[in-house]
Amino acid sequence: MEKLFVSGDEAVALAVRQAKPHVIAAYPITPQTIVVERLADYVEDGSLNSEYLYVESEHSAMSAVIGSAAMGARSFTATSSQGLLYMVEGLHYASGSRFPIVMMNANRSLAAPWNIYGDQRDSLSQLESGWIQLYVENVQEAFDTTIQAYKIAENADVMLPVMVNLDGFVLTHTYEPLIMTDQETVDKYIPFARYSNAMNLDDPVNTCITAGPTYNTEFRWQQQLATLKAAEVVDSADKEFGELFGRSYGGMVEAYRCDDAEVILVTIGSVTGTARVVCDAYRAAGKKVGLLKLRCARPFPTEKIAAIVKNAKAVGVLERDISFGFEGAVFSDLNSALKQQNVNVPTYNYVGGLGGRSISKENIAEIFDALLSGKAEKPLEFINLRRDINYGA
Amino acid sequence: MNRPKLSQPLPAGTIEDLPMGPSARAGHLIDVSSGMRTFRPVIDTEKCVNCLRCFLVCPDGAIDKSGENLEIDYDYCKGCGVCQKSCKIGAITMVKEGEA
Amino acid sequence: MALNAKTLPNEELFYGHKACGGCGGALAIRLALKVLGKRSIAVIPPNCMSTVAFIYPHMPLFVNGIIPPFAATAAVMSGVLAGARALGEEDFHVVGFAGDGGTSDIGLQSLSGSIDRNDKQIFLCYDNEAYMNTGIQKSGLTPYGTKTTNSPAGKNIHGSTSPKKRIFEIVAAHGIPYAATANVGYPEDFLMKLEKAKNCDGPSFIHVMAPCPTGWQTPSDSLIDIGKEAVDCGLWYLAEYENGEFKLNKNPKEFTPLKDYIRKQGRFSHLDDDDLKHIEEERDATWARIRRDWVK
Repeated sequence: MEKLFVSGDEAVALAVRQAKPHVIAAYPITPQTIVVERLADYVEDGSLNSEYLYVESEHSAMSAVIGSAAMGARSFTATSSQGLLYMVEGLHYASGSRFPIVMMNANRSLAAPWNIYGDQRDSLSQLESGWIQLYVENVQEAFDTTIQAYKIAENADVMLPVMVNLDGFVLTHTYEPLIMTDQETVDKYIPFARYSNAMNLDDPVNTCITAGPTYNTEFRWQQQLATLKAAEVVDSADKEFGELFGRSYGGMVEAYRCDDAEVILVTIGSVTGTARVVCDAYRAAGKKVGLLKLRCARPFPTEKIAAIVKNAKAVGVLERDISFGFEGAVFSDLNSALKQQNVNVPTYNYVGGLGGRSISKENIAEIFDALLSGKAEKPLEFINLRRDINYGA
Repeated sequence: MNRPKLSQPLPAGTIEDLPMGPSARAGHLIDVSSGMRTFRPVIDTEKCVNCLRCFLVCPDGAIDKSGENLEIDYDYCKGCGVCQKSCKIGAITMVKEGEA
Repeated sequence: MALNAKTLPNEELFYGHKACGGCGGALAIRLALKVLGKRSIAVIPPNCMSTVAFIYPHMPLFVNGIIPPFAATAAVMSGVLAGARALGEEDFHVVGFAGDGGTSDIGLQSLSGSIDRNDKQIFLCYDNEAYMNTGIQKSGLTPYGTKTTNSPAGKNIHGSTSPKKRIFEIVAAHGIPYAATANVGYPEDFLMKLEKAKNCDGPSFIHVMAPCPTGWQTPSDSLIDIGKEAVDCGLWYLAEYENGEFKLNKNPKEFTPLKDYIRKQGRFSHLDDDDLKHIEEERDATWARIRRDWVK
């Protein structure tokens, strides 16, 4: 199998080339830009036979892929941060209309303060948009998940859009080895069939139409069922991918050294890689810590999480996000899931990595220490907060 | 007359039978528009010279030209009177609904 | 073969909708679809026409249709077009039916983008000169002096205070292959322009006046007459932009009295002589300019 050394953005572009979308519409934004550049190169050199639309905004990028998916064509877009927010109206259109668009989002901070670096406030603010949200840890997983995204989105029982989230810069711009998949197997893994709910020139269809009070609830119920169904499909798509390509990621969640763990830290995205190193070191020292990597934030893996953490003494949630005046969105979801599953474990929220601030091994060690000590008190803590500001230093 | 008719009602079913996402086959009429009408246009076929002006300008397309004489589809005519106004030879009169 | 009432197909493709009686927008769409045919895909943003066309399960549009986000009529059209093309579809037309606000205000950016892409699609702006679907509010194409529900006419302000944006010229400034203005009051001229748009290889744009009896406070049977009169009194012109050149289709030697047109409409009932004078001056300045620049 071909081995490359590429960035996260390049890995996504390579995966999209193998998924062969009919239509690509995207607007450049740091740190997603390399994805749209590479895809344009592939269209230029003939290695990708897609309609590539130059749009004047993210709103139009999302709208264009809504149009192409409404026609029944496989579609791709990519964005980040402010661009994702500019698309928000379209996000709801796409999911409500059951259009299986795949989008890469480079997780980036939201203005203000203006900031081009990574955190996850952009995508986590869109948990209610009806998109399936996947988060990846490294370049290989970015590549593999982008291909899996089409498998999930286009599943006949799902037919929902999927957002593949990569941490801005930390993942989008970091070079790592990548093992390519072979095109023939990818074609078998995600064969294309024109979408069943698409418009049709021979038997006309009206779509994205109005459903008033008489029908609206029923369409929403249907959407909820499909999104719940996606939980199984996220798992099965990953499993099947593993059988074909030899790599899989646990589906909705990965439990890392959680079996007898007294303390479990929940992570999302690239910080998981750092946390693994700390986890291994603590395990080597005989400390019973584990990691729960959340790959899928919507649908939310309620039962899986409950089953993994139910015997732990404390659970921490480390997230690059906060809902001001409350807590991190993932933390809220986790607490709700545990309550629903009658799991009573103390939980603690660690908010960090905002606006590109690094989360170090030491930061994670401190979290483990606090959780292990049984002395973690505050339900929410900003980690790595600089209380002393020294401009000159 | 060759105008779309009130459609057969969709077969009763369950919530599972709804389309996937808010969509539907085009061209399905569950209701007529005649209730919107106060005055009804009547074409005097003796006077009418088939200039088709009324067919052209009817916002609802309720005037059919496929037959020998122009025919009005009273299921979907709203009685706006645009046809009567546009008829240069006065072959269309507006008659109050409920009167002869 | 010239398109007219005789040559137009009898088959209706927009039928059974619940638009108000005498609706200019409904007539514009009906005629457009007759010209474009059954293999059309209509993109209709939130406006009166999508409201009456797309309420599940009453489906009076007999061609493919989709409601795009309000700001994104042209972008959704581009996506539909690209998708259809990529899937190997042939012999079809992608058409947008946006109102005045959906074209000149919220829809302007994506319209501009689609012309820039040179996408072969027909953007039809049916202009009833206000946001009618939300209950008659001022848009960028509402004429000076119009009373709307958010540009009230009182002692201090006499309705809308700005002139119509020159949307036809804004679109033409992109170097679009074909653009035209039209009026349902001149239906044959409108049909001719629809036919040109249909046969155009790249993007095309038609700005058609579509009187709204409800919003203009005119009788429902006045639709065609009031539209025609707008042209005849000089407040609407019929023009084309083609091969980089502007052309006036109708250059009247004299206008019918502007006052007659204005006084027929409730939306202008408050206008005084000074207002009328201002409107007349604006009209004359426009015609002086377009005659100078567009007539060879």
